[in-house]
This record gives sequence, structure tokens and C-alpha cells, in this order.
Amino acid sequence: MSLDYYLYLSALLFTIGAAGVLIRRNAIVVFMCIELMLNASNLAFVTFARMNGSIDGQIFAFFTMVVAACEVVVGLAIIVTIYRSRRSASVDDARLLKL
Amino acid sequence: MLVFLIAIPLFSAALLLLGGRALDKVGHFVGTLASGAAFAVGVIEFLAMLRRAPESRAVTQPLFTWIEVGNFNVGATLLLDQLSVCFVLLITGVGTLIHIYSIAYMSHDRDRRRFFAFLNLFIAAMLLLVLGDSYLSLYVGWEGVGLASYLLIGFWNQKPAYATAAKKAFVANRVGDVGLSLAVMIAFVQFGSVSFSGVAEGVEAGKASSLALNALGIALLLAAVGKSAQFPLQSWLGDAMAGPTPVSALIHAATMVTAGVYLIARSHFVFDVASIAQLLVVIVGAITLLFGAIIGMAKDDIKKALAASTMSQIGYMILATGLGPVGYAFAMMHLLTHGFFKAGMFLGAGSVMHGMNDEVDMRKYGGLRKYMPITFATFGLGYLAIIGVPPFAGFYSKDKIIEIALDAGGAKGIILGSITLLGAAITAFYMSRVMLMTFFGAKRWEAGAHPHESPALMTIPMILLAIGSVSAGFIFNMGDRFINFLAPLFHAGDSGHSGHGEKEHLLPPIVVSALALTAVAIGVSIAIAKYGRGKAIPAVAPSDVSLWTKVARRDLLQDEFNETLFMRPGQELTKALAVIDEKVIDGAVRGVGSITLDVASGVRKTQTGFVRSYALWIIVGAVGILGAIAVMSL
Repeated sequence: MSLDYYLYLSALLFTIGAAGVLIRRNAIVVFMCIELMLNASNLAFVTFARMNGSIDGQIFAFFTMVVAACEVVVGLAIIVTIYRSRRSASVDDARLLKL
Repeated sequence: MLVFLIAIPLFSAALLLLGGRALDKVGHFVGTLASGAAFAVGVIEFLAMLRRAPESRAVTQPLFTWIEVGNFNVGATLLLDQLSVCFVLLITGVGTLIHIYSIAYMSHDRDRRRFFAFLNLFIAAMLLLVLGDSYLSLYVGWEGVGLASYLLIGFWNQKPAYATAAKKAFVANRVGDVGLSLAVMIAFVQFGSVSFSGVAEGVEAGKASSLALNALGIALLLAAVGKSAQFPLQSWLGDAMAGPTPVSALIHAATMVTAGVYLIARSHFVFDVASIAQLLVVIVGAITLLFGAIIGMAKDDIKKALAASTMSQIGYMILATGLGPVGYAFAMMHLLTHGFFKAGMFLGAGSVMHGMNDEVDMRKYGGLRKYMPITFATFGLGYLAIIGVPPFAGFYSKDKIIEIALDAGGAKGIILGSITLLGAAITAFYMSRVMLMTFFGAKRWEAGAHPHESPALMTIPMILLAIGSVSAGFIFNMGDRFINFLAPLFHAGDSGHSGHGEKEHLLPPIVVSALALTAVAIGVSIAIAKYGRGKAIPAVAPSDVSLWTKVARRDLLQDEFNETLFMRPGQELTKALAVIDEKVIDGAVRGVGSITLDVASGVRKTQTGFVRSYALWIIVGAVGILGAIAVMSL
């Protein structure tokens, strides 16, 4: 079985994630879509590692997981706080940072 | 010792100004004493100088290093030589007499202390002007006398017209001062020195081109023209008569206005080699000589008539300085005799005003000789001196100037000679007119005028100055004493003047004297015919007069001339500059600001606050970059 299919899957997942970030308004869902994009890239890393016979890509995948875990902690905390103060988890409602 | 000449009056001025009202009772005595002390120092220095050999009569006194920048060194050094000692004696001598006169003249003025402080300030500044050994020290004194003149013209500045007159004098002087500062700069650039001796050596060594020398000469002439009220910067002198009369006598007749003559005589080494500048000096002198005389004929204000006469007489001096080595000594001689008789006449005019409730219009005088005999006598002696009747002072000095003007050679000599002779005739006419209108004829007094002789404090200085007017010329001229005294300074011996007859004369001196006396006689007889016994003088100046008289009454349109040629275009220029400043310079600055603002407000529209739109832009950007890479790697 060709390794290319893993890459096609990775691209498909990334596109779904990106589309979700752009289309969905709920912060939790947007967050999940971001995780999806990260994992899509993880998949691409691992595939490339396999293709090149090198371990580098797999190591990068671990880094990405660690960073994603940290990001989830901070991001969820922010979302919960915003929800508590504004009773809304819609990203379109949090648009005060502009002139 | 020299420093005391300046320090005493300067200290007194500072004391009187800082002392305030507490010194009101003694201020005039302090001021007079300070001036008298300076005169005493001057006399001592003069006597010491006479004991030295003619070649080593100049003394210098270094005070301190004033400016030291790189190889540019200016020391504050005082120089007393034959030329400056003449001025020192004139300034302090006449100055002290005028201080004494002012005690009485200003006795009713509540600001008499301030008046004496300013007079002392003037004496100190004028002494610095003539004692400085460099153009830069001279410049300080030059500005100092300008300041004192301004303060004293506007002494009664509660009257707006007087304050304006002071401002006018100051501004006209500034124009001339530009010339002096230019001269200092040219001297420094060309010779690396601003001291008189340094510049003289530089000129002798041929360090400067003739162009530079002429530029230096013309800059110095501009300075002289401003300070000495010569054409074309003469318009301030008439208005300067707004000051108290002693000021007119001291500053605007005897001393300050002659500073220009001093400057040119002091810079003789420049003018001797700068032929264009020297010619301009002669032209300026000749024009002013007639200019002042013509204005003098038309003035009814006694002080303004005398001011016009001052202008004209200084024209004689400037003319003489422009005639080269032979002229300097005669210019100085006329300057000194003029200092006596003109100061005396101004004091006489002040005495008349004192007795006539400050009336200055001569049409409201008349027949005063019986009521003010001493004033009449002293004024009359000054009158005889100025018109040049032998053996009074003016005869010797003015006659010599006419003589050397005629000897200038060729057509120049004939033109200058005729102008000086014509000037002598006009002088005789307008001075006779002043005499006749003031002291002779019918009484045309205003109601309430009770003319009376002035107190002794005023008459004594007048008498002393009258003695000077009578005798100075004779004493100076005895055996060419004065010429020989100044000769080492101007190298007059080289040009072969000291022995008369070595040089060809256009006309023998006796013929020149006869011509001059004829001119005077003509002037006097016309005046007597017009204003003499039995001629009615209207109390109001007649208005059905010729165009010439009208023009002369308005000072030959000098103010109109300055206004149309300089003031109005100057105002237009400032307006135009203001527009350029507003539109071009400020416009560029504001333009940069508003363009930045416009761009920013355009860019700002992309910042919507919607996170998803930012994300879209990131993705579009990433896709765009990837697409570009894909296209390039095809």
C-alpha cells in the first residue's frame, strides 16, 4: 500500500480542520478543528519520516503533541473565562480588539 | 590710566540706574562729577602725550584677553593716539559742559537722575568707541552710543511720537551697523585680524585684492553713513530732535554723529588704497552737504533747522575724509570746531525754548535779543563761526575743506569746489534766517510767553562754548599746529601737504577765501532781504509756496522715499514669506501627516475584530505562498 494515501488523508483532515475554523462560530468547535489541523500535520510528519527512513519527523510529531497539549490548557481556560463573563462561546461575539 | 576714562562714567551710570529714587537728590551732581573726572583724566593724558616725541605719542593699555578662539585673538585693549585724544577731549569737555547745562535745563523733570545716568552711559560708550584698538571694540562702543541715543531720544517716551522717533533712529542705525559687522567679517577673513594695526599691516603687505579692499571700504562707509546721518540713511536725524535739547547738542551735533567721520579717518589705510570706496565717500559727503543745507532752508522748527545744518556740516567732514591724506586732518579740525559752535547753538536754542515755554517754531519767536542778551551773544558767535566769518572757528576749518576740494584735480575738483562753495552760501542763508527769525524783527510770541534769560548754570556752558567757537579755529590753525599734531598718524607729510605750495593749487588760498566769503555774503544778504528789518514773517508757514519749498519742508521726501522703496516692499516681502511659510513649509509637514492618516484609515478597515476573517487571511496567504512556490518550481 502506497504511503501517498496517508498524505491524501492528512491533506483532507487539514482542509476539514481549516474549513471548520473558518466556518464554525462556536469557540469549542473551532478549537477542535485546530486540533484536527495539528493532528493532520502530525500525520504528514510521521508519513514523511517513514518515506525518508528518518526519525526526525516522528520527533517533530511529539513536539507538536506537547505544544498542542499546552495550547489546549491555555485555550480552554480562556474560552471558559470568556463564556463565564459574556455567557457566549461564539468567536464572533468576542470582537472587541479592534479600532 | 586710560581705563578710568571709560570706567568712571560707566560706574556712575550703573550707580544712578541701580540706585533708584534714593539718589534723585544727588544724581545730577554724581553724573556731572563723573563726566568732569573723565575730562580731567583726558586732559592729563593729553598733556602727557604732548611731552612725548611726535612719533611715539600713541599709548596702548591692554586690559584682558577678550576672545580667544583658535588663532583668532581679540584683546580688550585701549589705544590713545593723536586722533582719539581729540575725540576724548571733545566728548568729555563738551560733555561736561552739557552736563552742567542739563542740571538747570532738566531741573523740573522728575526723571533727571535717569537722564544723567543715560548721559553718563553715552559718555562711557562713546569713549570706548574712540579708545578701542580694534574694529570689534569699536563695534561695542558703536552699539553702546546707539543704545544711549535711543534711550535719550525717547527720554520723554510718554509721547508716542517721541518713542517712534527713537525707534526710527535705532532702526536707521541698525542698517548702518550691518555695514560695520560686514566690515569686521571682511577684515577678519582677509587679514586674520580685526585690530586697526593688524588691518593696516595687512593692507600694506598687500594681503587683500583691491576688490576686497573696496568692499571693506564700502561696508565701513555704510556704517559711517548710518551713524552720521548721511545720505541715504539721513532721515532719522531730524526726528531725533524729539530728545531733550542737551541731548541734541551732545549726541546729535557734537559727538555721536561724528563717529562716522572718526571711523573713516581711523580706517584711512583702507580708503587710501580703495579708490572706489573713497570716491563714494566724496559723493556721499557732497550729496549730504547740499541735502542738509536745502532742508535747513525750509525748516521752521529751530532744532530741526540746526539738525539739518549738522547733517550738512558732517557732509563737509565726510567729503574731506574722502579726499585722501590731506583731508583727514581738516575733517577732524572741522569736526572739533563744529563740536564747539553747534553744541553752543543747540544749547542756545534750548535756552530760547526754556524761556518760551518749550516753543520750537521760529515763526513764534522774534525780537528776543533784548530779552536774552547772553543767549543772543553766544548764539550769535556760534552763528558767525558756522557761516565761516573770519576769524571765527568755522572760517579756518571750512575754508580749508573748500580749498582741498578745489584741489582735488580736474573736473572733480571744480565740481566739488562749486558744491562746497554753494553749500557755504546756503549755510549762510539758513543760519541767517534762524538768527533773524529768532532774535530780530517783530515779536510774534504766543500769548503767555514771558521770555527771560536762563540761569547761570545754563549760560556759563554757553559762554564757554562760544569762546571755543571764536578761538578754536585760530588756535588750531596757528602755524598748522593741528595738522602737524595729526600728521604722524595719516602720513600727511608723504603727500606733500605740510608745506603749502609743494603741491599745485587750482586757485591760490587767498582767492579761495575771497570766493568763500563772497558766497557767505550772498547768502546773508538774501536772508536779510527776505527776513530782515521790516519784513513781515507770517506766524503760520505760508502754503502758497513753490514746489521746491514744499518738498524741502518734507525733508526732500526722504521718508516717502524710504517708505515706498524699502518699507512697503519689505512689508510685502514679509507677507509673501508668511504665505510661503504657511502654505509650502507647514503644508509639506501637514501633508505628510494627513497622508499617513489617510493610508492608516484605509488599512484599518481590514481590522474587523472577527477572528475568523483573520484566519481566512492567514490561510489565503499560506495558500498564495504555496501556489507561488508551486508555480516557480514547475
